[in-house]
Amino acid sequence: MGKNEIEAVLMSGNEACVEGALLAGINFFAGYPITPSTEIAEGLAERLPRVGGKFIQMEDEIASMAAVAGASLTGAKAMTATSGPGFSLKQENIGFAAATEIPCVVVNVQRFGPSTGLPTSPSQADIMQARWGTHGDHPAIALMPASVQESLTLTITAFNLAEEFRTPVILLMDEIIGHMREGIVIPRKGEYVIKNRAKPTVSPKEYLPYGAEPDGVPPMANFGDGYRYHVTGLIHDETGFPRGRGSDGDYLVRRLVNKVMSRLDQILMVEEVEMEDARLALVACGPVARSAKRALILAREQGIKVGLVRPITIWPFPEEAIKAAAQKVDAIIVPELNLGQIALEVERNACGNATVHRLNRVDAELITPDEILAKIQEVK
Amino acid sequence: MAMKELLTKYTRMDKLPHIWCPGCGHGIILGSVIRAIDRQKLDPGKTSVISGIGCSGRAPGYMKFDTLHTTHGRALAFATGVKLARPELNVIVLTGDGDCAAIGGNHLIHAARRNIDLTTVVFNNYIYGMTSGQYSPLTPHMKLATTAPYGNIDQSFDLCNLVTAAGGTYVARGTVYHTQMLIGLIAEGIAHKGFSFIEVITHCPTYYGRRNRMGDAVDMMNWQKEHAVPVKAAAKLPPEKLEGKFVIGELHRSEGPEYTEEYQRIIDRLERE
Ligand SMILES: Cc1ncc(C[n+]2csc(CCOP(=O)(O)OP(=O)(O)O)c2C)c(N)n1
Repeated sequence: MGKNEIEAVLMSGNEACVEGALLAGINFFAGYPITPSTEIAEGLAERLPRVGGKFIQMEDEIASMAAVAGASLTGAKAMTATSGPGFSLKQENIGFAAATEIPCVVVNVQRFGPSTGLPTSPSQADIMQARWGTHGDHPAIALMPASVQESLTLTITAFNLAEEFRTPVILLMDEIIGHMREGIVIPRKGEYVIKNRAKPTVSPKEYLPYGAEPDGVPPMANFGDGYRYHVTGLIHDETGFPRGRGSDGDYLVRRLVNKVMSRLDQILMVEEVEMEDARLALVACGPVARSAKRALILAREQGIKVGLVRPITIWPFPEEAIKAAAQKVDAIIVPELNLGQIALEVERNACGNATVHRLNRVDAELITPDEILAKIQEVK
Repeated sequence: MAMKELLTKYTRMDKLPHIWCPGCGHGIILGSVIRAIDRQKLDPGKTSVISGIGCSGRAPGYMKFDTLHTTHGRALAFATGVKLARPELNVIVLTGDGDCAAIGGNHLIHAARRNIDLTTVVFNNYIYGMTSGQYSPLTPHMKLATTAPYGNIDQSFDLCNLVTAAGGTYVARGTVYHTQMLIGLIAEGIAHKGFSFIEVITHCPTYYGRRNRMGDAVDMMNWQKEHAVPVKAAAKLPPEKLEGKFVIGELHRSEGPEYTEEYQRIIDRLERE
């Protein structure tokens, strides 16, 4: 093969996630097997020790999330991967990582629920859980890949966002992308950006582990580097030690949320297709967006001006993109593999400027282009 | 080292006074851990102290190391991540009887089974202190607690036996009454390569003592003195003589492959291949 030729490799979304994590510089993974995410753990069990990284299968998902946070505190780039019931178990420690600002990546390959549900079937029903799964107000960043290629690139992005914002980032995959095989291109060095958490530039004496502007991200020292600082899930001040006043809670919670909400331009990724002249918009994520793209083409062949808005970043929700779309079109259709979660956000942001129509499937099958086309014809 | 020197070297004096009740035994354990760390000459910058939630969980906040106050029951799981990611660190886990035997019981079993090089110190006051006196898995049968107003019908269990059976390679029990012995047991646990476990019998006069009419802190420490049987003496006693008593000292020691070293061996092997 010539030097400049692109090398495409066939792999699944779960395998691509492993490749992306390795490119991002992962050196710690803790997990617990669960379908349909297990291939990620298996892949990293094999690959991590070959690059000097650590893999551990913990006794459950609670422990996996805890080990990931502990490892990250020593400076490791750490990740865990799970599905459905396992994502539920991780929630308390995801909140701990959010409150204590520990960077880490949590992959949730969504499966059909509730409970054990249909373990090998796809779903998009954890969208609200990815936002509000842990208790209390907290920041949330979640990304939804729509292809195997994107599973790789968004895994790198997830690590970068976690490091930059010192917060857990959720890669909200699903069974379809996780298990689907596609040809993808593994980017070469220099073709992707790697970001690392900011380290303190002051001596341990002067270090304020949680000292930052009201919307800032504090620099993070490694455990073991001599800073000898304290980390607690209690409300704490800039020194890291507990503070019991309501006003301290107010300051910390607002800063945690604002550090994310004040930099949306660095986080929000939205794909728009043929929105320029659209009279009707589809809003779809993950694999459903692929059906939507096909439906868009079919509709345009019939002279119906349809566009697509695909949130790649689902949290924080790309409110402005939806607001702008609603001002442009008469109607929005939201196809999703649940009983209406993305639709709630779309309805909220449409502000009555466009009618919002739901299209839902919870029978373990992907919504087809024909179904979306039929809905387009119905509401146009 | 003199008391003042010890305090300034290893404790965050500016965080005092502590949150514990008058007469609580937890401070004696904190002091013993610090003295054991000093005896083993651990590098304070390379030492992490990790706890769960409870009165016991607040101990690391007063200690001048990298300290991590985690979620209820999960200290050992966080510690496993810290240790595996950076094996050169000394990792000490401070936990309560509820934290480690109830909600965190599974993590205890599996940390012991892996024989990962952590030193775990359990503050066993036989009760949930932080939440004001509910029974724990170590509350003795028919003792009173706010959630056992008619007597605790649960059976309690022996954590030292559990850890030994699960594969821990250093297991000891001490009390806050026998302070010198306790410092020695913790120091041995720190020196030991592998999973070390030290159960410390302490007292909660506020919630356990008062409800069970065990008197004040001094009475409760006297109870420890009267009910503790050193391991050598216990070996000579028939089982019926040990009824209602507990054995103190080093209870188990063995050698076994340590988890992070085993993992490093795999990394090294793959590098050679
Ligand atoms: C998930 C969760 N469940 C319950 C609690 C409430 N809680 C806080 S401390 C505690 C018990 C602590 O008892 P123990 O571990 O014996 O420690 P002590 O306070 O006696 O030192 C409980 C139940 C919690 N913080 N988190």
